[in-house]
Amino acid sequence: MDVSWMHGHWPLLSVLIFLPLAGAFVLPLLRGDGPVKVWALAVTLITALLSIMLYTGFDATTASYQFSENLPWIPPLNINYALGVDGISLLLILLTTFLTPLCVLCSWRAIGTRVKEFMACILIMETSMLGVFMALDFVLFYIFWEAMLIPMFLLIGVWGGPRKIYASVKFFLYTLAGSVLLPVAVIALYLHSPGHTFSIPALMSQPYSATLQCWVFLAFFVAFAIKVPMFPFHTWLPAAHVEAPTAGSVLLASVLLKMGAYGFLRFCLPMTPLGVAAFGPYVLALSIAGIVYGGFTALAQSDMKRLVAYSSVAHMGFVTLGIFVLNVSGLEGAILQMINHGITTGALFLCVGMIYERTHSRELAKATGIGKIMPVYVTALTVFGLSSLAFPGTNSFVGEFLVLVGGFRYSMMLGLLAIPGVVLSAAYMYRMLQRIIWGGTSNPDTSYLHDLNWREIVTLAPLLVLVLWIGLAPAPFMNVIHVSVQRLLEQFHAGLVI
Amino acid sequence: MSLLSFASELVLILGGGIVFAISLGAGRGRPAARAAAVVALLNLGVCLASVTVQGDLFCHAYRVDAYSQLFKCFIALGLAAVVIFGSKLKDIREQIRPEYFFFLILGALGLTMLVSSVELISLFVALELSSYALYLLVPMRRERPGLRMQMESAAKYVMFGIVSTGFLLFGMSYLYGLTGSTYFNEIAPALAQRWHEPAALAGVILVVAALLFKLAAFPMHLWAPDVYQGASNETTAFIAAVPKLAAVAVLIRFLICAGPSSATLSLVLMAGSLGSMFFGNLAALVQKDAKRMLGYSSIAHAGYVLIGLVTLKAAGFAAAMFYIFGFVAMSLPAFLVICQVSKDGENVSIDDLSGLHKRNPMAAFIMGASMFALAGIPPFVGFIGKFLLLSEALRGGFVLLVVLAALNTAIGIYYYLTVVRVMYFADPGDRSDVRLDRGAAITGMALIAIVTLLGVVPGRLLQAAIDSVSKTILY
Repeated sequence: MDVSWMHGHWPLLSVLIFLPLAGAFVLPLLRGDGPVKVWALAVTLITALLSIMLYTGFDATTASYQFSENLPWIPPLNINYALGVDGISLLLILLTTFLTPLCVLCSWRAIGTRVKEFMACILIMETSMLGVFMALDFVLFYIFWEAMLIPMFLLIGVWGGPRKIYASVKFFLYTLAGSVLLPVAVIALYLHSPGHTFSIPALMSQPYSATLQCWVFLAFFVAFAIKVPMFPFHTWLPAAHVEAPTAGSVLLASVLLKMGAYGFLRFCLPMTPLGVAAFGPYVLALSIAGIVYGGFTALAQSDMKRLVAYSSVAHMGFVTLGIFVLNVSGLEGAILQMINHGITTGALFLCVGMIYERTHSRELAKATGIGKIMPVYVTALTVFGLSSLAFPGTNSFVGEFLVLVGGFRYSMMLGLLAIPGVVLSAAYMYRMLQRIIWGGTSNPDTSYLHDLNWREIVTLAPLLVLVLWIGLAPAPFMNVIHVSVQRLLEQFHAGLVI
Repeated sequence: MSLLSFASELVLILGGGIVFAISLGAGRGRPAARAAAVVALLNLGVCLASVTVQGDLFCHAYRVDAYSQLFKCFIALGLAAVVIFGSKLKDIREQIRPEYFFFLILGALGLTMLVSSVELISLFVALELSSYALYLLVPMRRERPGLRMQMESAAKYVMFGIVSTGFLLFGMSYLYGLTGSTYFNEIAPALAQRWHEPAALAGVILVVAALLFKLAAFPMHLWAPDVYQGASNETTAFIAAVPKLAAVAVLIRFLICAGPSSATLSLVLMAGSLGSMFFGNLAALVQKDAKRMLGYSSIAHAGYVLIGLVTLKAAGFAAAMFYIFGFVAMSLPAFLVICQVSKDGENVSIDDLSGLHKRNPMAAFIMGASMFALAGIPPFVGFIGKFLLLSEALRGGFVLLVVLAALNTAIGIYYYLTVVRVMYFADPGDRSDVRLDRGAAITGMALIAIVTLLGVVPGRLLQAAIDSVSKTILY
């Protein structure tokens, strides 16, 4: 049993996971909406600050799991409370901890009813999202993976838009039905693994038979592809995104979608390499389909939230493309692109939310020509828009470039097929930016359009910094990924030989 | 023989006597409810205190061991919960409320005796004691003009019950004829030698069928939805949860006694399991009455429990035990809320729960947690219980069963989610606020705490279940 924190260290990961939950339990004691918001912001900010210690204490030269905690949990089945962080999960954890306070901030005005419950949902979400990325035992992972659906369901269903009930039920049923076979697949691996364990690292690189790997891969694939979401499993996404409150959309786009891709990296590649080899080409085809489909659909949207939602389908297509080309640049690009998409799309949803608070409409046509009236807002929107279309100098350029390099390395054909996606993203983003900035104002009365206030600037500023930072100097981010990706590929190739 | 080894039964007998004495006067509903609550809580305390007691009573016909004591604890929990949150008995006529409590306690006594019975005749006596007490609870419901729903339900309950008793006696006669004994531990070796004879299998299956009636599992489930709908809310709460504990307890003891893992027996149980899951889940999808929906859902849950029994292995039995314990804890809160929402004891439709979140947030929370738990969403016990069942079934090589069970989980989610959706998202309209009694609120939150704790730290109860089952096998 390795309990590193018992020897002088403290359980940083457990603290990070359970701090928001503990914060949620305090909420019922508070009176009035103001203290509730401040408390939620304080808890999420402390979590974010604590998570910086993960980065500073992280050893980028090793691929082993760090800050690990391992305690027996359900001994009869050899289930452990095991947590750990490696290069694949580190940045996703930081993304989660940094976005959650922004979600609290952006809901400051937008959420007027049942504030306490709203903040409780956000805090519980943070606990389960962090748990998913840190868990190194399958049962623990799955508990966090599923438990997150309840607060998200409530976030969409209680505080969402006009068709919230339809959207929340569809989201819940779709994602849950997709993952019911996940435990069955892992139990099968558990029974075939030598140590009879649910430990995720111990389930990797085991000589499972090819048939078993293929079946298990398919079960994994359905669960993760729905979560990503990959074309054609994406239909829950536009509905959920459009109806969710801004904070919900941000969490959905920035963190929840990453869990599917994270699942591919953490489970499929190292546990079922033969399944990946057998079905990988089909997944690549679906990724390309998603890129092109998402791009064209986004081009036709008049609802800004819907536009960003479909652009997510296209961007996540790049992520899965990068994962399944199975080379270093593809995988590194995919992981970086997961972070980038989290930052950029999160920011775009925040921007759409800010416009919505003013115009009470998400229609592109109602928000045209505000370049002169809201210069600060428009500047931020432009940067995020450019980042979304992977303009050089922004974060997504680095990620998408790496993915494309990986794609071309896999085959010339695949690379060429992915190129239209890049062009399409430029088309729909420029279209949106052009309308919003220079399009004629539809309403002569512009008194309700005031520029961003301090709270909103503070919400967007960190994301703006990150966009440029990753775009201009990606090294600090790439360094932590590198060794873990190499180990992942070694595991994968070793698995192919067996 | 230590007094503790029979303490729970004594408490229930004496307590039942006291409630009976109270019932002799007129207009004593309130004192009877108080006395019943005291008896139930005392019983719960005694059960928890005697959880480690062991003993063999009444010429070895009655065994007190870790296995029976665990079950008794949960039976006591179920009785206490129902007596406390159902203390008002809104739909039972004032004059017969004391009698209602008397029969409720008597039913619990029968169930408590059932889990300790290791001999066919005592098993039969205990089973009938519990059954007849429960048969009487159903028609006690107040009659509504032009609607004799409770009588129809009672008639169905009794008829089906008697038929299943017939099965039981018929099967027992085969077993006795083949083995010459009524003791489980003597039947087991004798039956193992005669397992090749068709009569042995017939006898075992007949007894199993009778027990499936108690569990409300396919194909002996037909009574459940009608009885649940027709009985008063409190009665349904009890019938839907507590007798199933005893049914599982006896089923496991009996399957251990039936001995060698037989492919045919597995197949029969598997058919029961699949039938229950599919029938229960699919039929529940279209229900409008909340109790009827829970009735079908409990058929589905009986199917999940059977997954553990199909393996015919100690670990599978333990998983089934764990699941049924969890089921009692997670289904009672749902009935609790139904009892409280119902104004004068009428049935509650799912629409009646509309906007419950605004009418009483705590009631909505209790109901919501119960629904998510029943649907098998972590961190509640429903998830980890199903996970254990699926693990053990897959270990036993029942891949198809496991895959179909997982799909059933997905089907089930829909109707549980409907309840949550109605409570949290729908408009209350002109429905009035709901008041939660203090006793009911405490009971509900306590049950939700148990449901969550068992889901997050299931280790100790699971280990206790595994240990107790393996000791029962060794005996």
